[in-house]
Amino acid sequence: MASSNNVTFPNKLLPYLLLAPQLAITLIFFYWPASQAIYQSVLREDPFGLSTQFVGLGNFRRVISDPNYLNSLQVTIVFSVATTLIAMTIALLLAVMADKVIRGKNIYRTLLIWPYAVAPAIAGMLWLFLFNPSMGTLAYLARSAGYNWDPLLNGNQAMVLVVSAAAWKQISYNFLFFVAGLQSIPKSLIEAAAIDGAGENKRFWTIVFPLLAPTTFFLLVVNTVYAFFDTFGIIHAVTGGGPGKATETLVYKVYNDGFVNLILGDSAAQSVILMIIVIALTAIQFRYVERKVHYG
Amino acid sequence: MIQNNPIGRLIAHFVLILGIVVVAFPIYYTFVASTQTLQEIIRPPLSLLPGGHFWENYSSALFGGVGRIGGVGVDRLLWNTVVMALGIAIGKIIISLLSAYAIVFFRFPGRMFFFWLIFITLMLPVEVRILPTYKVMVDLGLIDTYTGLTLPLMASATATLLFRQFFMTIPGELVEAARVDGAGPWRFFKDILLPLSKTNIAALFVILFIYGWTQYLWPLLMTNRNDMSTIVVGLRKMISFADADTEWHLVMVTCILAILPPILVVVLMQRWFVRGLVETEK
Amino acid sequence: MASVELTNIRKVYGGGVEAVKGINIAIDDGALCVLVGPSGCGKSTLLRMIAGLETITEGVLKIENSVVNDLGPAERDIAMVFQNYALYPHMKVYDNMAYGLRNRGMPKGEIDKRVREAAQTLELGHLLERRPRELSGGQRQRVAMGRAIVRNPKVFLFDEPLSNLDAKLRGQMRVEIKNLQRQLGVTSVYVTHDQLEAMTLADILVVMNGGVVEQIGAPLDIYEKPASTFVASFIGAPPMNLVHVTANSAGLLLKDGTHIGAEGLAIPAEGAQIGFRPEDLEVVAGSQQHIGGLLLDLTVRGVEPVGAESYVYGDIGGDKVVVRVAGRSVVEPGDHLRVIVPKEKLHLFDAKGKRI
Repeated sequence: MASSNNVTFPNKLLPYLLLAPQLAITLIFFYWPASQAIYQSVLREDPFGLSTQFVGLGNFRRVISDPNYLNSLQVTIVFSVATTLIAMTIALLLAVMADKVIRGKNIYRTLLIWPYAVAPAIAGMLWLFLFNPSMGTLAYLARSAGYNWDPLLNGNQAMVLVVSAAAWKQISYNFLFFVAGLQSIPKSLIEAAAIDGAGENKRFWTIVFPLLAPTTFFLLVVNTVYAFFDTFGIIHAVTGGGPGKATETLVYKVYNDGFVNLILGDSAAQSVILMIIVIALTAIQFRYVERKVHYG
Repeated sequence: MIQNNPIGRLIAHFVLILGIVVVAFPIYYTFVASTQTLQEIIRPPLSLLPGGHFWENYSSALFGGVGRIGGVGVDRLLWNTVVMALGIAIGKIIISLLSAYAIVFFRFPGRMFFFWLIFITLMLPVEVRILPTYKVMVDLGLIDTYTGLTLPLMASATATLLFRQFFMTIPGELVEAARVDGAGPWRFFKDILLPLSKTNIAALFVILFIYGWTQYLWPLLMTNRNDMSTIVVGLRKMISFADADTEWHLVMVTCILAILPPILVVVLMQRWFVRGLVETEK
Repeated sequence: MASVELTNIRKVYGGGVEAVKGINIAIDDGALCVLVGPSGCGKSTLLRMIAGLETITEGVLKIENSVVNDLGPAERDIAMVFQNYALYPHMKVYDNMAYGLRNRGMPKGEIDKRVREAAQTLELGHLLERRPRELSGGQRQRVAMGRAIVRNPKVFLFDEPLSNLDAKLRGQMRVEIKNLQRQLGVTSVYVTHDQLEAMTLADILVVMNGGVVEQIGAPLDIYEKPASTFVASFIGAPPMNLVHVTANSAGLLLKDGTHIGAEGLAIPAEGAQIGFRPEDLEVVAGSQQHIGGLLLDLTVRGVEPVGAESYVYGDIGGDKVVVRVAGRSVVEPGDHLRVIVPKEKLHLFDAKGKRI
């Protein structure tokens, strides 16, 4: 019997030509630099760039034992967990509410998806504009209320600011997925639960939320990846990693060490560690994809 | 459908409106600021309603020659960003269509090897391998070129995987019918596959356009000359809180100009975008 | 229009699976040949090899006396109707039918003439501007037919074209296909797993099983003289009854040990199966003796009235059988009946299932 898998064209050369552009770009701009990163990560250059020396895992050891790196790791974890949690909670709340209303659903959606189109760096600037101590209106209000607000000097406040901007930007994305997830839950299940006497709250926590688990899990991974990597622009535009490295995430540190401080070996070692983290996250996500295939 | 009580629905509307206020407020307030004078902006609190300097600010940002960033006009930055966003979106779509077509509709030695070679790139964002990639760009002389801004970002597994997934849902019979009808690989691609992929292409276009428009680290590193910079990077360069000379009203105008095009694309192409986003799952 | 000739056709897949094991069929110009068999018997593979969609591992395929083994599907001058129709979803009906002609570089006027002619024949004239998703199943089927007709090919190939239609429509389309094929006189190969479709459509019927041909012939010849128990039980509905017998010195023994009269049947030592069609049984009253037939005892297990006739299910000596009775049946489950099969209606198969 014919299945779509074995229906093909018999050409020999053509498929290679079709693949060529993508392969060329991938090899030149992906595999070559990635292998360079790995190569660099085991070398150490002297301060004048005159000679290089093989140091094995030396760079890795230095990086891992560097208190600045450990600080940066901690910052990244705090930043990611906070961003992910806030962005997902607000999005879920809004999605559940949007699922309830009958009129105006599309208008709400239209108005809620804007931030998706805003570049992270600009998102950071928008929030900075509201909250910067010298001219931000909201900062002014906070100070008027007697709160000593200055994210440019206070590390915790700086963290609050970048987390807010990062979470704000991600709400739209999560919202769309939660809405789709909620729509895919069969209405009959909710009706059955209602007949079984479950109230609205109970229905949500015992039926809807567990059935949303695949979506939630998927978003958890995506948001973590986002918080780890895509938020470089926010940090760079808002705090520049400061004050005093309070918001220096791992990606920001790779950039800073490589381009600003020019410590190539360390930067490369950090790149390799980041690659391992991404691969781990992708593997987790892949398992999820597999599971999804199994359960249709 | 279970009947919601009217109070519950009212609360839902209320929460949603509150959500919109939170989501839209930063953008709205930036717009408000872009219609005020510099003096009004730097003396908080700022009014909640737009001021009367809309035309004045926008025309001087766009045509007035002020609000330039290192001697480069906003129009030039916008143009660079458009080139980058369109280049990445269109280039990626073409390249991915071709490679997905090869992987799904042909059998050839090394097919799975190539598939994995592409698939692995899904895992590593540019940010991770930025320094060595930068070196390659320098060696190839691609700094400060449109090619450098777009080409390296065109290869990505995401779009290829999406098209592959879609192509695999096309019934084998359709391919056979086309072959019996005398269509070779090229005709099949042009007459049947492309028209059937229209929705997917539209969805992907929106996602990739946004992706290209919102790039930050890449253009920051790939451009040294201000006239090759993008609006997002340029905007960052305009801002200096320490510098009393910053023309904030024009910064705000530039900010609005930088976010308006992608928002328009998302809102106007919402139908495809939402479907594409949820289907591609990233 | 052309003859189609298959000589020793084999298909071996990459994994070593032999789907088609050496098949010889000759189809005369203008004939409708039906390949029938259970799923997995190789009939679709064979059809797709004729179409050029699968490569031929071994053997020779000739269309109009020239070998076409190495030609692509478009060069063989065939047209095919697919099981799921395979209409191009984004094209209008008109374009679906015209696509193959355009690819062959036919002038516009000629294409238009042919499409409109075919549309008229198939009563599709008012649907030409629609897209496939706006059509009913039967209409899509017609468009698929139309796409084949406009090409005016040497050979039509049909791959279970009616299997997605409901029973009533299937009956109608069957008649239409038959008439159309007659009218156009195009040599056709038709694949189906439905024996009724096969019987009613075929000029030549090919019964396939496990990659080989069980029997080739005119449908009624096959019905009357099935070459094996497989054909006997595949062709005809309900299928032929088969009763296992062995011979000993005292006469014939059924599966459960019941003795029956030999009636001059020559049963091989290793046993045999006696076959008879459900309509060839006659119920006899009392202990009345009958000459020239096989007398059997039947225990009724169930009765299925279908209107014009009834099917009586039961068993004879441990084998399940069906009897077709006209009108209403008066028997009840548990009844014992005496039935007779006239000698000329008996079919005898050896232990391997081959006809004796």
